[in-house]
Amino acid sequence: MLEPLLCDLSVPGRVGFRFPEPDVPLAEIPENLVRQNLPLPELYEVDVVRHFTRLSQLNHSIDTGFYPLGSCTMKYNPKLNEETARLPGFAHLHPMQPIETVQGSLALMYELQEWLKEIGGFAGVTLQPAAGAQGELTGILLIRAYFEARGETQRVKILVPDSAHGTNPATSAMSGMHVIELKSDDRGNVDLQALKAECDETLAGLMLTNPNTLGLFDENVEEVIRMVHEAGGLVYGDGANMNALLGIVRPGDLGFDVLHYNLHKTFSTPHGGGGPGSGPVGVAAHLVDFLPAPVVTILEAGDEGMELPPLYGLESPPKSIGRVKSFHGHFGMMVRAYTYMRVYGKEGLRKVSEYAVLNANYLLARLRAHYHVPYDRVCMHEFVAEGRWPDAPDIHALDISKRLMDYGFHPPTNYFPLIVHESLMIEPTETESKQVLDEFAEAMIKIASEAHSEPELLKNAPQITPVGRLDEVKAAKELVLCCAVGAYNR
Amino acid sequence: MNFPTELKYTQNDEWIRIEGNVGTVGITDYAQDQLSDIVYVEIVVSEGEKVNQGDTCATVESVKAAADVYMPVSGVISAVNEELADTPENINSDPYGVAWMVKIELSDTSELDDLMDSGSYQQLVESKD
Repeated sequence: MLEPLLCDLSVPGRVGFRFPEPDVPLAEIPENLVRQNLPLPELYEVDVVRHFTRLSQLNHSIDTGFYPLGSCTMKYNPKLNEETARLPGFAHLHPMQPIETVQGSLALMYELQEWLKEIGGFAGVTLQPAAGAQGELTGILLIRAYFEARGETQRVKILVPDSAHGTNPATSAMSGMHVIELKSDDRGNVDLQALKAECDETLAGLMLTNPNTLGLFDENVEEVIRMVHEAGGLVYGDGANMNALLGIVRPGDLGFDVLHYNLHKTFSTPHGGGGPGSGPVGVAAHLVDFLPAPVVTILEAGDEGMELPPLYGLESPPKSIGRVKSFHGHFGMMVRAYTYMRVYGKEGLRKVSEYAVLNANYLLARLRAHYHVPYDRVCMHEFVAEGRWPDAPDIHALDISKRLMDYGFHPPTNYFPLIVHESLMIEPTETESKQVLDEFAEAMIKIASEAHSEPELLKNAPQITPVGRLDEVKAAKELVLCCAVGAYNR
Repeated sequence: MNFPTELKYTQNDEWIRIEGNVGTVGITDYAQDQLSDIVYVEIVVSEGEKVNQGDTCATVESVKAAADVYMPVSGVISAVNEELADTPENINSDPYGVAWMVKIELSDTSELDDLMDSGSYQQLVESKD
């Protein structure tokens, strides 16, 4: 093992931290509840710091290299965000403080809600959901509550295109809905015939990822939404791919009824090991009353010149589905996203999306002669290539991904979406320079040539990483990690 | 790739072997090849259960994807392969043999007309590639 476990590093008698003398009387713990044996590792502080620092250096990260993981928007996370999130006025709050003492933080949350409404074209926003998948769950629960309030309980069917994010069917199933998969047509759009066949009185809604996981903007999106609405259903937007749309298209204007944002993708808060996530949900006017409680609101208006600021507070929407997260969600992520939006401003955010789309199209243009791109039209912020060649039958997308690690790059998302064979889903984001994009393109082109001339280079990759090719079958089948148990039995 | 001629096939890459009024069902060689190393299988129907054509009868998970297996025909489940859960890798090594999933007593043999013979299925697979 590259780095021993803390249990194995333990030396009896080492102490890293001493509790201060208590300033309150110690509670008596009944004898039968006191543990005699608690073999926690014994280490100096420096042992622990070195252990975790070494572990952190074994991983690829956005701070160490390019990370084109499709649909994950692994953009650079500006360090200024970390600075604002650590301001004592934000960092040292308690969520149970009286609202009069947290007006600044409530003002930040209120403004963030307002900006997300503006960016998405929605009438209301909740900041509570802890991540994208919880945002989805919140959105579908809102749709369910809406139909229950209207007495339309026969609407139990949620349509999910085969180019949607993988969490969408799971969300619908978890909400107690029936999931129906919709096929894509040969241009990567929702198949309108297949949609029409499902538009009946049991339709609750459609979950649409737009741009979809092929990185394509659905050319018929307005028609798709019109058909669902005419059948009495609502349309949920998976906003994981919002990085393509900022300031250009507002989902609410297209007719989406609900959409979740990923602050940890589009708005640069850390994820992929650095989280937590944050998945606010925006809704159209007819769903505002159902939003999770509480939302931040203005209790008393201030005066015009802002001599007297407004009094911010919390309010429960009248038909609220209730809380979806303890307290107010991941507040630290809201501070980071707010900082990011303030730094870029309206025009800057539009540029973010324009460059994200430009970078993806640049890579697509450089790679299409070397990799087959089955749905090859102007892409949005990402595109999907095939990781296979008829004249190199033993090479798979997985081998290409592993070989990229030898060139110092994180692999793209592979084997998703399922509608492309051996798929490689590539999302460069706007934060990469042309130099980095060119280096990546050169590596991909070189790998395409190695696949034909020296396939063993791909089959044996990665070579330069701390560990080589992992045994994925063993990892998927042997789910019990016993090392901790062994240490405790010592 | 193997396409035994005595079997019938579905669009979704299931096969069925008919013996009298009983059909044995599994997934095809092409399906296991697309999924790659299979690490988990769960049969979600039980003996005696009535099922319709197109119902989900099993879920298969590999290192790269998860997929549902659908019933090629309607009828009553007469047996399920209990051993498969402990040996999912058999689907990769012997998809038409030990890795059968369920047996079914057919309620409507005319449904067999909806299925493909090995030649048409092979053509379909080749067009998918």
